Amino acid sequence: MPLLEVRHLVKQYATQRAVDDISFSIEPGAIFGLLGPNGAGKTTLLRMITGIFYPDEGEIIFQGKKFKPEEDILRIGYMPEERGLYKKMKIGEQAIYLAQLKGLSKQMAFAKVKEWFTRLEMQTWWNKKVEDLSKGMAQKLQFVITVLHEPKLIILDEPFSGLDPVNANLIKEEIYKLAKKGCTIIFSTHRMEQVEEICDQIILVNKGRKLLDGSLHQIKSEFKENFFHIGFDHHPDVETVSGVFDIVSTEEQGLVVKINEGHTTNEVLQHFIRQGTLIKEFHEILPSLDDIFIRLVGKTAAARQFQPAQ
Amino acid sequence: MNKTWLIIKREYFSRVKKRTFILSTFLTPLLFAGVIGIIVFITIRNSDKEKIAVIDNSGVFKNKLDSLKSIKFFLNPGVDTSNFAAKGYSAILYAPQTGANNKQQWILYSRKSFGVMAKKQVNEKIRKEIENNLLLMKFQVSSANIDSIRAIVNKIEISPKRIGQDSRIENGDSALAYGIGYAAGFLIYITLFIYGAMVMRGVMEEKTNRIAEVIVCSVRPFQLMMGKIVGIGAVGLTQFILWIILITLFSSLLGAFIPADVLLQAQQANSALPGGQMAMQNNEALMQLVRTKQTLATVNWPLIIGCFIFYFISGYLFYAALFAAVGSAVNEDPQDAQSLMFPITMPIVLAIIIMINAITHPESALATWSSIIPFFSPIVMMARIPFGVPGTVPWWQLGLSMVLLVAGFLFTTWLSAKIYRTGILLYGKKITWKEMWKWAFRKS
Repeated sequence: MPLLEVRHLVKQYATQRAVDDISFSIEPGAIFGLLGPNGAGKTTLLRMITGIFYPDEGEIIFQGKKFKPEEDILRIGYMPEERGLYKKMKIGEQAIYLAQLKGLSKQMAFAKVKEWFTRLEMQTWWNKKVEDLSKGMAQKLQFVITVLHEPKLIILDEPFSGLDPVNANLIKEEIYKLAKKGCTIIFSTHRMEQVEEICDQIILVNKGRKLLDGSLHQIKSEFKENFFHIGFDHHPDVETVSGVFDIVSTEEQGLVVKINEGHTTNEVLQHFIRQGTLIKEFHEILPSLDDIFIRLVGKTAAARQFQPAQ
Repeated sequence: MNKTWLIIKREYFSRVKKRTFILSTFLTPLLFAGVIGIIVFITIRNSDKEKIAVIDNSGVFKNKLDSLKSIKFFLNPGVDTSNFAAKGYSAILYAPQTGANNKQQWILYSRKSFGVMAKKQVNEKIRKEIENNLLLMKFQVSSANIDSIRAIVNKIEISPKRIGQDSRIENGDSALAYGIGYAAGFLIYITLFIYGAMVMRGVMEEKTNRIAEVIVCSVRPFQLMMGKIVGIGAVGLTQFILWIILITLFSSLLGAFIPADVLLQAQQANSALPGGQMAMQNNEALMQLVRTKQTLATVNWPLIIGCFIFYFISGYLFYAALFAAVGSAVNEDPQDAQSLMFPITMPIVLAIIIMINAITHPESALATWSSIIPFFSPIVMMARIPFGVPGTVPWWQLGLSMVLLVAGFLFTTWLSAKIYRTGILLYGKKITWKEMWKWAFRKS
């Protein structure tokens, strides 16, 4: 049973349809990427899933039942894109307060905060104020506050922005651990390389509509162009022209070739083996999400237009 | 409900622990007492006896001039205008050469430090002396007789009673009612501004910090808004109660240490100051409190205090909700806040202006209607009540006013909740009241 199912959601603002008939479903334990250009409707979509906004049409099914914001919200953790913390409140106090608002008892909240602070090396922060933290540190704190109450669904909106590689890695590790424990994670970001690293399933939205939906591998396969990379010992000076493939680019010790319609990889390999060249390495080049993103979205005028703030 | 309580606690404690709260709570009564203390101190100091030389060559005073409490008269001590200061006199008074009845002027030369009050006293003293003299000369009335007549007159006290709208006769002094009404109205006015603004700032902080987005994931926006309003209201109530306790404490301490006649002098000093008139009227009421305890008893304290608490709280709830709504619509720009706040602060200011008028005519149509309309009632009704319920204020007016105010704050809370829930998450666009109105009435 999917953890979260979203069916034909629509949200209309005065001037535009921010979310225009979007449906998808997420299995428990998955790490799900929500991608799209600015103004695509991602944040609105996320806010509907967290119960902050109510959809104009469509329904949300959470854990098999109709989504009830008041109760289900306690099993969801939401980390907004911009830091959301009381500047002048002490950090330990604030973490406990927010955990209590999520339904934890005071003792429970205290214990959990302590646990997480120790794990992420934040013990010295207890009595500091949020305004004393750097942006990256505040991010870390925000992350901890989001996952403190052990939610079943964790929504992270640009969680890595502003983090140095060490801290980014720390958070990534934590995300993996959480996913392994069975948490489902929705990850909204522009950083495609992060998505490629972490996500299982992705959906791409633009102008309120869904453009792509599937596992990472599936999507890449969909957009593949049959490019392959062959690595040799040295520069191939043997005959490289063949009807089987076209050369896309040459490197010092390799080639990128496009296998033509109707031909197989084996044929390509045979071509070189017959000529006695030593093949060091051979792999398919799947398009990067970046490329796919730009291909799908970049060409639409909207992505380059000034999107009015909502 | 539980969560709202959590929010209330947080809002309350985070503000009550702040240094500014503690300082303003304890310093203000101290300041109050301090100012009174300083005035008193100054008058005491200045009541060193002033020495005045009186040159009376025609014998007006018949060689006898009593000294006043703070002014000592010396007859013909042999100084003149050139050397009176050097000889230690503060002033020198020239009596007319040819008898007191002469319209020729009396002239008083004084050093700059010879104050207005002292001059007044000299004036009065001279007049009295002349009066006595004339009475004695023309009608042979001795000063002893004059004094006893005066004593009888001074003992007369006019017993103040009022006839209310329904012709009931009541005890009580208007001046006292005036003072209480004024104070009550002003207190509510100040509270609305300070704590209403606090609510607005709190809401704005949560919006610009984006903390609202996080909290709204755990609680309903309505709970956040109410938690804030009630929490801050509790802070206001706490400060207010502490003030009352401290001011009463300090006043009674002051009263114990300073004799009544010194206070009286201080009051007179006050009246000489510009703008002291308004303070005078309040002082008048306070002085009455100090002098006549009977008048105090005629005041219906339980009713006044009960109504005060009611109007204090309801008025706050009514306006705080509106302040919250404004706070939620403001974006980064504090200028926005000013312009959006205007339609809310205007009725409050209007209320105080109406009150100042109403307090002199507590039964006028203006006063009556303003004390019923929820926007003005907290301030205006509180000013009218000390004049007597059900005398000046019939029960039905009081009842109607209260019911409308309760309905009023329920309405503003409902309205603001809708505006708040949308505004708190909307960034970037500049919001106008027209838009806020739309949010309020659109289906969520």
